[in-house]
Amino acid sequence: MQWEIVIGLETHAQLNTQSKIFSGAATAYGAAPNSQACAVDIALPGVLPVFNRVAAEKAVKFGLAIGARINRKSVFERKNYFYPDLPKGYQTTQLELPIVAEGGTLQIQVGDREKTIRITRAHLEEDAGKSLHEDFHGMTGIDLNRAGTPLVEIVTEPDLRSSAEAVAYAKKLHSLVRWIGICDGNMQEGSFRCDANVSVRPVGTETLGTRCEIKNLNSFKFMEKAIEYEVRRQIEILEDGGRIVQETRLYDPDRDETRSMRSKEEANDYRYFPDPDLLPLVVDEAFLDQARASMPELPQAMRERFMRDQGLPAYDAGILTTSRELAGYFEDTVKALGGEAKMATNWIMGDLSAQLNKEGLEITNSPIAAGQLAGLLQRIVDGTISGKIAKEVFAAMWAGEGDADTIIAVKGLKQVSDSGAIEKIVDDIIAANPAQVAEYRSGKEKVFGFFVGLAMKASKGKANPAQLNDILKKKLAG
Amino acid sequence: MINTSLKELSAQLASKKISSVELTQTFLDRIKGLNPKLNAFITIDENKSLAQAKAADALIASGEAGPLTGIPVAQKDIFCAEGWLSTCGSKMLHNFVSPYDAHVIEQFNRSGAVNLGKTNMDEFAMGSSNETSYYGKVKNPWDLDAVPGGSSGGSAAAVAARLCPAATGTDTGGSIRQPAALNGITGIKPTYGVVSRYGMIAFASSLDQGGPMAKSAEDCALLLNVMAGFDARDSTSLEREKEDYGRDLEQPLKGLRIGLPKEYFAAGLSADVAQAIEAALTEYRKLGAQTVDISLPNSKLAVPVYYVLAPAEASSNLARFDGVRYGYRAPEYTDLADMYGKSRAQGFGAEVKRRIMIGTYVLSAGYYDAYYLKAQKLRRLIAQDFTNAFAQCDMIMGPTSPTTAFNLGEKSDDPVSMYLSDIYTIAVNLAGLPGMSVPAGFGANGRPVGLQIIGNYFSEAKMLNVAHQYQLATDWHTRVPQGI
Repeated sequence: MQWEIVIGLETHAQLNTQSKIFSGAATAYGAAPNSQACAVDIALPGVLPVFNRVAAEKAVKFGLAIGARINRKSVFERKNYFYPDLPKGYQTTQLELPIVAEGGTLQIQVGDREKTIRITRAHLEEDAGKSLHEDFHGMTGIDLNRAGTPLVEIVTEPDLRSSAEAVAYAKKLHSLVRWIGICDGNMQEGSFRCDANVSVRPVGTETLGTRCEIKNLNSFKFMEKAIEYEVRRQIEILEDGGRIVQETRLYDPDRDETRSMRSKEEANDYRYFPDPDLLPLVVDEAFLDQARASMPELPQAMRERFMRDQGLPAYDAGILTTSRELAGYFEDTVKALGGEAKMATNWIMGDLSAQLNKEGLEITNSPIAAGQLAGLLQRIVDGTISGKIAKEVFAAMWAGEGDADTIIAVKGLKQVSDSGAIEKIVDDIIAANPAQVAEYRSGKEKVFGFFVGLAMKASKGKANPAQLNDILKKKLAG
Repeated sequence: MINTSLKELSAQLASKKISSVELTQTFLDRIKGLNPKLNAFITIDENKSLAQAKAADALIASGEAGPLTGIPVAQKDIFCAEGWLSTCGSKMLHNFVSPYDAHVIEQFNRSGAVNLGKTNMDEFAMGSSNETSYYGKVKNPWDLDAVPGGSSGGSAAAVAARLCPAATGTDTGGSIRQPAALNGITGIKPTYGVVSRYGMIAFASSLDQGGPMAKSAEDCALLLNVMAGFDARDSTSLEREKEDYGRDLEQPLKGLRIGLPKEYFAAGLSADVAQAIEAALTEYRKLGAQTVDISLPNSKLAVPVYYVLAPAEASSNLARFDGVRYGYRAPEYTDLADMYGKSRAQGFGAEVKRRIMIGTYVLSAGYYDAYYLKAQKLRRLIAQDFTNAFAQCDMIMGPTSPTTAFNLGEKSDDPVSMYLSDIYTIAVNLAGLPGMSVPAGFGANGRPVGLQIIGNYFSEAKMLNVAHQYQLATDWHTRVPQGI
């Protein structure tokens, strides 16, 4: 039987506010345990929550970025359950009325296919603390620094059909939340975490299969592997005539498998009800206007602009708009260069990206600034150096030997465009290789490359390639 | 000195006729003498109180005293006070010394008042007789066989027995007004949102409201001036202009329209209470007021609606008492679930457990719509009744409680009959309105009767005026229990 994979993702993105969602304690990561937990975070008797409006601003920005409807009035509710790292015995979250309502979408590219993923909702809630099971000799330590960190939970429709689509969506979302400046996206520190709801159904059927939720996928690689494992597991069960049990599963990267955490029957009854300590969150027109005004140009719009105005292919424009910094670098380069967008793109996505990846650097830490790269490309455009020599100059620039013009001058890399000098080289080669010349003249034009290679070598790569071609052709023709 | 009004005490302190240390010591001595009989206080700390009194005397000497500077005030043990044991009447918090001050405590400290100690109360404010306290029952000073009411029974008994000049209470369904009535003192529950709930240990967040309990309406006005005020740490605190609740005390009552809800004078009201209330109304007519018959048709729903909503909120509010971070933890347990189970089973008393279970039930999947949501809808109808009534009258009056103080143990095995002792007070909390109780004579058994005054939103100053004029014309509020 042919199976169709159906995936929906729930993503928890920590909002990068200075203080917590319901208290004034700081949210910085990595502080000494419980040093950033105030009376409210510890849930002392008598304390009360006060909502941090900055979290609403960030959630609204997200809603605007995906084109969703914003609820003018959203309501905080209590999700009640006991856990040691949940100090109040309930999590304050939104259920019936989330701040970001329906209507949002995200465009993903898988291969050369584009697809629209619908986002059901996004709501505000608080993060829990952490239980530390190591180092406490059979006991558990509780660190409440994270308790109360604002989260926005982003839920998709079951629109994803493969692990590749799920990863493409997650990457796109990851890039968007960073783009609009609401989340630092640090997956190691847990700032961006995904849960995947996975089910399979026979191709052609409408009803959804029973789903399993895989929790806490904190890297794109694990997400892909976990979904693939889970799909295989479910198909095997179904093909053996079994039945999928709805449950929550955890992915174990060491063994590359998912394991049951709790079944639906064991699931808590969370007894949600509106939090009487908090007023409904009202978003008025002025608040929306302010959020709109603070929005940068969105990646989708920028991508279309790059395709339209710079004539870039969809793929290139997509890559360049994965982060605001990369797009900014591209725009700065083209501006300084006065055009040549495709050439700039090839260098940025090619040599520059390769070198950055190799050294694990972000574009913002590139040793070659956009203006410097433009300076190098300018010398290709004006014929001072060839593309090949440019790579050598690039390497020197990367190594900090100065800007392109300095390196070209110091190393004597200026292209030879003096036709007399090139003619002399060509004459010498023709004279030294009569057999190949005869071959060429008998119609074996493939040998042409042999002459180019020799000429380049003789000029130490500095011969102007176009000029060299012309002269070679003319002289070989006799 | 023990029967002196706050205004007069303040004048004597200002003129150095007495010192705050003397005043505080006088009440501390009375507590030492009488508390073993009444059990009105859970915690006394002479050193702390006297240190505050000394500081108050210095403030007075420097000429920077306010109206409450140097006045000892007993604090209900529901208010967290820095460095004080703050138990909320529960074993669960038997060891909880608060590291911070509630807003109300801060306000009193700022005013230079002296914290005289923490008063006994029903556990987590759940009770109408003070019999649910882990720290033992409070006795009614008018009759040691009678309950003092609850949940602010310790504060009420302490004021009635003159163990303190004034005290604080909190009122979720009548917990200021009912004990005030049963002890023959004056107490006011302000409009929801007037007094910050920050640091007031939560029972039912949407209903809880702190307020003063004292010998007279005039004293209550001075106390409310200190307790009320916007506090950004409580999202339900109302941002309003600071007001002087005593500003209208001397206004005549001519033309005042008093609404008498027929539902508050129906079956269930005992004859002696009815008689005392009638006499009070006659007094009001003499003062120039007129009475109007009104109806609050949804009154009968108030108790059932309350016993859905308050436990629902409580079941969640009390989830933090889990033995993990502070408070009581069972000495022995096998694993996490067992620690939760045992700590809560041992740390909470029967009434608290009953309400947690009711609350958990009404919020459960499949029951939420039928109970919680339905109750929320009815709550709006109950509030609407009052809005309609205030189109016909300025104040609503009736009995605070259907009977005078009942006997200790009389209702402790019958929760429903206990819940019905708040039948006239609960609707006021559901509507968020201000309500007060004023001494209005005695029942057949010699126990006090309270007259309830219900005002429209933010009409506290007017209510205190209405009560004060009555207290100028009567002397019920000056009567003190004899022979304790």
